[in-house]
Amino acid sequence: MSETLAELVRGLAAGRYSSVELVDASLARIRRHADLNAFITVDEEAARAAARAADQARGAGGTGLLLGVPLAHKDIFCTAGMRTTCASRMLAGFVAPYDATVVARLRAHGAVMVGKTNMDEFAMGSSNETSYFGPVRNPWDPTRVPGGSSGGSAAAVAAGLVPAATGTDTGGSIRQPAAFCGITGLKPSYGRVSRYGMIAFASSLDQAGPMARSAEDCAYVLAAMAGFDDRDSTSSERPVDDYIGGLSGDLAGLRIGVVREHFGAGLDAEIGAATQAALAEFERLGATLVDVSLPNSAASLPCYYVLAPAEASSNLARYDGVRYGYRAAGYRDLEDMYKKTRGEGFGAEVKRRIMIGTYALSSGYYDAYYLKALKLRRLVADDFAAAFAQCDIIAGPTAPTTAFALGAKTDDPVSMYMNDIYTIPVNLAGLPALSMPAGLAGGLPVGLQLVGRYLDEARLLRVAHRYQQATDWHRRRPPLS
Amino acid sequence: MEWETVIGLEVHAQLSTRSKIFSGAPTAYGAPPNQQANEIDIALPGVLPVLNREAVRMAVRFGLAVGATINRHSVFARKNYFYPDLPKGYQISQYERPIVEHGRLAVDLDGDTHVIGITRAHLEEDAGKSLHDAIDGLTGVDLNRAGTPLLEIVSEPDMRSSAQAVAYLKTLHTLVRYLEICDGNMQEGSFRCDANVSVRPRGESRFGTRTELKNINSFRFVERAIDYEVRRQIAVLEGGGSIRQETRLYDADRDETRSMRSKEEANDYRYFPDPDLPPLLLTDAFVEDVWADMPELPAAKRERFCAAYGLSRYDATLLTATRELADYYEGVVAGGGLDPKLAANWVSGELLAHLNSAGLDLAATRVSATALAGLLRRIADNTISGKIAKEVFEAMWTDGADADRVIAARGLTQITDDGAIEALVGEVMAAHARQVEQYRCGEEKVFGFFVGQVMKASRGKANPAKVNEILKRKLAP
Repeated sequence: MSETLAELVRGLAAGRYSSVELVDASLARIRRHADLNAFITVDEEAARAAARAADQARGAGGTGLLLGVPLAHKDIFCTAGMRTTCASRMLAGFVAPYDATVVARLRAHGAVMVGKTNMDEFAMGSSNETSYFGPVRNPWDPTRVPGGSSGGSAAAVAAGLVPAATGTDTGGSIRQPAAFCGITGLKPSYGRVSRYGMIAFASSLDQAGPMARSAEDCAYVLAAMAGFDDRDSTSSERPVDDYIGGLSGDLAGLRIGVVREHFGAGLDAEIGAATQAALAEFERLGATLVDVSLPNSAASLPCYYVLAPAEASSNLARYDGVRYGYRAAGYRDLEDMYKKTRGEGFGAEVKRRIMIGTYALSSGYYDAYYLKALKLRRLVADDFAAAFAQCDIIAGPTAPTTAFALGAKTDDPVSMYMNDIYTIPVNLAGLPALSMPAGLAGGLPVGLQLVGRYLDEARLLRVAHRYQQATDWHRRRPPLS
Repeated sequence: MEWETVIGLEVHAQLSTRSKIFSGAPTAYGAPPNQQANEIDIALPGVLPVLNREAVRMAVRFGLAVGATINRHSVFARKNYFYPDLPKGYQISQYERPIVEHGRLAVDLDGDTHVIGITRAHLEEDAGKSLHDAIDGLTGVDLNRAGTPLLEIVSEPDMRSSAQAVAYLKTLHTLVRYLEICDGNMQEGSFRCDANVSVRPRGESRFGTRTELKNINSFRFVERAIDYEVRRQIAVLEGGGSIRQETRLYDADRDETRSMRSKEEANDYRYFPDPDLPPLLLTDAFVEDVWADMPELPAAKRERFCAAYGLSRYDATLLTATRELADYYEGVVAGGGLDPKLAANWVSGELLAHLNSAGLDLAATRVSATALAGLLRRIADNTISGKIAKEVFEAMWTDGADADRVIAARGLTQITDDGAIEALVGEVMAAHARQVEQYRCGEEKVFGFFVGQVMKASRGKANPAKVNEILKRKLAP
């Protein structure tokens, strides 16, 4: 399990090991590191059966892109037959009758699902502490958070429990935990990956993506996930680039935008230094650095914390206790049933955001909050468009700090929200971005964020891959047995 | 004081698409509860809506038929509220940017034509149904109807009486069925109506405070509910009170309206654009394609029936009431050689009477247009008289036989031979010598008696014109 996913793909093809062996090894590590609490549900029997089927398929000449590779899904993707909880009491016993498109596509490419990873409840959080199933621990330091909301996927990949996992990213939920756990995670352009069967948090921002040990690994998983889906009206019909074939190439002539505003107050000095070192490395590899500005990025946070809760307040209205999911035990009438069910079924952060969003959409406040936030969103997107007139990608820190201690920010939501200051503008603009390891600060991983033009995932992956060929930060492993 | 009534109507027409507006589940009526609701209709976690192209075509077809603006850019919004029959906790509807705006509908009433403005028509999804006390005192939820496409058609407050409102509603009802976008079945809720009603002193230009009447699901109830509400409002105002803006429910059993909720109690629906559905963009080519597919509309068909068949406005209106009836009529006259007026009388008379008394739709008629044409041709060529034709029609209706077979089997062919009729006349005159004497003395009114006797003797088969002619000749002194 020390190999990268790309290496495992080649090893399986060469017959150096079977899928059953890989899946058994993965399941054993999941058991050994149960303390990390990275998984909500693991079905060992189903995983072994799928591995046997993959081995048989290979014996019969089958050649799926990920045939036999163990993989975990964030517990936000619906999986037929295995419960999908979204880390909420509300859905603790919910079993979907269908697979999310992402799940179906990865299965069709031969991947073997070993289980469902922990996360912040309904993907609302930056520390994985809002999960109904308890917090996830960071493999680099179990007293620290793994980041969120895809904290379980990040910890599972960092700890070597699985070579890759899926995540979702609404305001940084793939990139920030990837940074905190020292792995590579890619949030694709809005519309590149189908959202069908992925439980909605904020529909206009949510996007699924791969989390793995390297850019190359992400290219494999994204190649299997991406593409138009006629069940998602917001998915793009544009053809998918060849991410794996597109990995090779040098950085000569590449213009990298360095965002002035990224290096202001609030950025940890060691992270700033690691970022500068990575930029210097890019220059050494042939890229040129260009000074760019995103003047409205300061407005991103308030903009996001109106739009995302507004959409969430509506998206989460279906959890009413009527048709499925949690229903409170004793109630007087319909309204009492709604109140008790939602009061007991949702955690504090989810309820906070539902209330914020309901307020923002209310008659008399809509123009002042929701409509104004939509205008700000346009300004943020315009900033990126202007910046990309001068550069090909943008590079900077993924998060202003490294992984913080469990409990350090749970009583201070605004300070928690500030952790996504560099990632949120990218979601507002619908652009692709990845985070990859670019150093250590106080023994903890530092993430470097690369942002690309719309649907320019292939270039992002190529640049990251080139960097990873020249450096070994992505090969550093947490001190685990 | 003299009061003026002001009425605007909101009609929900269920579009006759095969599948739902945002899912692939079927829309057929009457299935067992929850058998026609898929994961999208019951709003499982993670599902997404995909717009039904046919529903869009139907909305555009309606818009073109009422001369409206077809918005090339329209937006779906979420209308948020909690109710057990609303699975997502919001209804997807068009709010600020509907697909159809600024149309009009010409409505005939008592010889006058009123042009009623259509403010807008927008696409939305229907909710499910709550089944109260369905299961041992519990409330059940049936989501078969959830996601059925609706076109909500909102009129301007242009109507001034309940009769006008009913006339508008009937004209609209005819139109949507002509367009084949709605089956118009009011019992099954395919065509539902809410009415906004207010009164004001005649001559006043500002509107009075309106109430919205819900649950009026037949033309008759629309008229009665509005009439009741107008009387109620006038009584309140004349008693020195004021009207509360509120929603009122019509109770057909007690023929009254009751307050349901006031404006203050109304939900804050928190509308916002649905992020799961991009704006609906229509190309000119799409709209032109729908235009090319338009059937002849009721008003145009009525004019054509007047012009092409020389029918009265009354007959033309009657025969174009539904597309099916108009098609039937044109099927009868298609072969040519028939008097269009005669055909009109038979279709609107004998045929409709038989359908009505048998409780059948035109589609289930036992006498086809071709068969009726065959019967009328025998009247035209004097094989049978109009009176005998009714007997033949009766037999055709009962046995499904064609006219010629009935005529032959029953020996009903008209007697036109002069000799045969002269013989009958001779017998009758011989048997009624006294009446012959009376006639010849100038009592001409007994002529009718002789006609009756001759026809009776021929068992109705003698050609009446010939009977007249021969009788006149023979009775002459």
